[in-house]
Amino acid sequence: MKKLIAASLIGLSMSVASVAVATTEPVKVGMITTLSGGGAGLGVDVRDGFLLAAKLAGNDDLEVVIEDDGQKPELAVQLADKMIQADKVDILTGIIWSNLAMAVVPGAVAQDVIYISPNAGPSQLAGAGCNPNYFNAAWQNDNLHEAMGAYANTAGYTKSFILAPNYPAGKDALTGYKRFYKGDVADEVYTKLGQTDYAAEIAQIRASDADSVYFFLPGGMGIAFMKQYAQSGVDKPVLGPAFSFDQGILGAVGDAALGVKNTSQWSKDIDNPANKTFVEEFQKEYGRLPSLYASQGYDTANLILSAMNKADVNDLDAFRAALKEADFDSVRGDFEFANNNHPIQDIYVREVVKEGDVLTNKIVGMGLENHSDAYAKDCKM
Amino acid sequence: MDLALLTEQLLNGVQFGVMLFLMAAGLTLVFGVMGLINLAHGSLYMIGAFFCATVAAATGSFWLGLVASLAGAAAAGAIIEIAVIRRLYDRDHLDQVLATFALILIFSEGTRWVFGSFPLYLDIPAVLQGAVALPGGSQYPVYRLAIIIVGLAIAFGLYLLISGTRLGMRIRAGESDREMIAALGVDIRNLYTVVFALGAALAGFAGAMVGALQSVQVGMGEPVLILAFVVIVIGGIGSIKGALIGSILVGVVDTMGRFLLPEFFELFMPPSQANSVGSALASMAIYILMALILALRPQGLFAARA
Repeated sequence: MKKLIAASLIGLSMSVASVAVATTEPVKVGMITTLSGGGAGLGVDVRDGFLLAAKLAGNDDLEVVIEDDGQKPELAVQLADKMIQADKVDILTGIIWSNLAMAVVPGAVAQDVIYISPNAGPSQLAGAGCNPNYFNAAWQNDNLHEAMGAYANTAGYTKSFILAPNYPAGKDALTGYKRFYKGDVADEVYTKLGQTDYAAEIAQIRASDADSVYFFLPGGMGIAFMKQYAQSGVDKPVLGPAFSFDQGILGAVGDAALGVKNTSQWSKDIDNPANKTFVEEFQKEYGRLPSLYASQGYDTANLILSAMNKADVNDLDAFRAALKEADFDSVRGDFEFANNNHPIQDIYVREVVKEGDVLTNKIVGMGLENHSDAYAKDCKM
Repeated sequence: MDLALLTEQLLNGVQFGVMLFLMAAGLTLVFGVMGLINLAHGSLYMIGAFFCATVAAATGSFWLGLVASLAGAAAAGAIIEIAVIRRLYDRDHLDQVLATFALILIFSEGTRWVFGSFPLYLDIPAVLQGAVALPGGSQYPVYRLAIIIVGLAIAFGLYLLISGTRLGMRIRAGESDREMIAALGVDIRNLYTVVFALGAALAGFAGAMVGALQSVQVGMGEPVLILAFVVIVIGGIGSIKGALIGSILVGVVDTMGRFLLPEFFELFMPPSQANSVGSALASMAIYILMALILALRPQGLFAARA
């Protein structure tokens, strides 16, 4: 009898153990991001932010596979196929560029793989093309531009010269700005994508009667524009989204960026415990200040970790519901998902300042409070 | 549209052209003398910019950085020539393109490995900061004026070198008949190394000058390389004079196209439509120019070997 009880106890404990194993099923995340070429700084920041959050959480059940897409859509698609079929990932993330996201995301979410965007937010995925398996932990593409349009009104600008590269995200940017900006447009100029000499455009700005200049030129394009603008002797104030003034490129722009207003959903001086930990630990781990891209990678990882604590990734409905609750401490403060799985969040106005020798940003005002996006109403979710 | 704006844009076009010339001169020399297509020329431009940025950051002097960019790019050019390019002269163009494309990848990732993924800081020296007033009431950045002057001086120097010195004579002879000058006892291997290093130094110098104006980052050379190829095709392969005229033509057409085409379409279209049509056409302008010139003069404007 004793033996029987002992055996059944052992059997029972084993079954309990096996149940426990089932609830802590490891979650495999595939990260496809840009780690080589001219756009690598953005991908490196997203990756480092993501890995930092994973390290701080110390959750061994989060497994990450990282691959470099080289900013090439066709390569990103191949990597996504490989990760879904061979690596059997549960979640994909990491893509920086909207054109790559548009190549990968629709195919992946159709196979019931969850995609969480740490950066790109093309309008096509926010409106009628929204999907329950697609979440955006950063912003919809138009958001930061809309906030700057709103800020231009409060700052009293009535005639803006607006400038962006001639590609879909560039057109979204100027559309976003004009959606909230009430003044007149002095001129609207689309430049070639990848252009690095802006002498011709600066000459037009000089000749125009604009009272402000709004530009969206991400990466090296923005560095080149700001340096040349500072040399040109034109003194019309410049406005832009955070992409042209983030921590990764401020050092290369130099003092030319001082005093420029830019809009961002994150800044290193947002006062909450999560952000304090993030900024401190990031500097400790990597020896540089974090950028908004790093903050987005960090939030993406924490969003996944929060859902892992609530649901099993194999139960897709429960896991999606857990993600949608967004029950984590975002470094940007309040964060929740709208019906289209895009953020509702505050967007701040920052100013480029110098702290000691280091150029960085400081919040000087609010652009848009609790801002969702213009496409959410078209999403049937 | 007033005269001041037009003058400024014309100067912008010339400045852009002069910069392209520094790239195209090396490319056309290497192509003309050695018959080699060097896709890695853009990497030498990048190397020059990184040398300049690093040395300028370490010493605080842009001028030392410029010297370093010349020396560094020339050294890199000589090393590439001896280690890799030398083996390619007898191969066909496909092998050359493949090998020099591999060099682009090696240099890009190597640079990223050493300097990281973030752009470097390089600023214009204090004496060339700011803008000067031009006759006609407009202002123009001093640095861009300096680029025009330096570029034209280098063009004149190259002209003297090619037409007046022994080295120049050998380069011209090499363009006309490679086998013959080798047979006449000229050390063709050394000549090739020198020409390649000279082209590399010019590219590196251009990279450093432009780096101060734009951003010093991995992959900065490739867009310029494409334009430089357009220039040498227009100017005629192997011709320095062709490279100069072609560069200035491309620079002015590109700048004026970006500025005038949207305004032209605005005469009979709503502004936003005119803008997108105009800027789309402006990006094509130099390629249309190239197609036209090739249709009329397939060998280019000043072909060295007709």
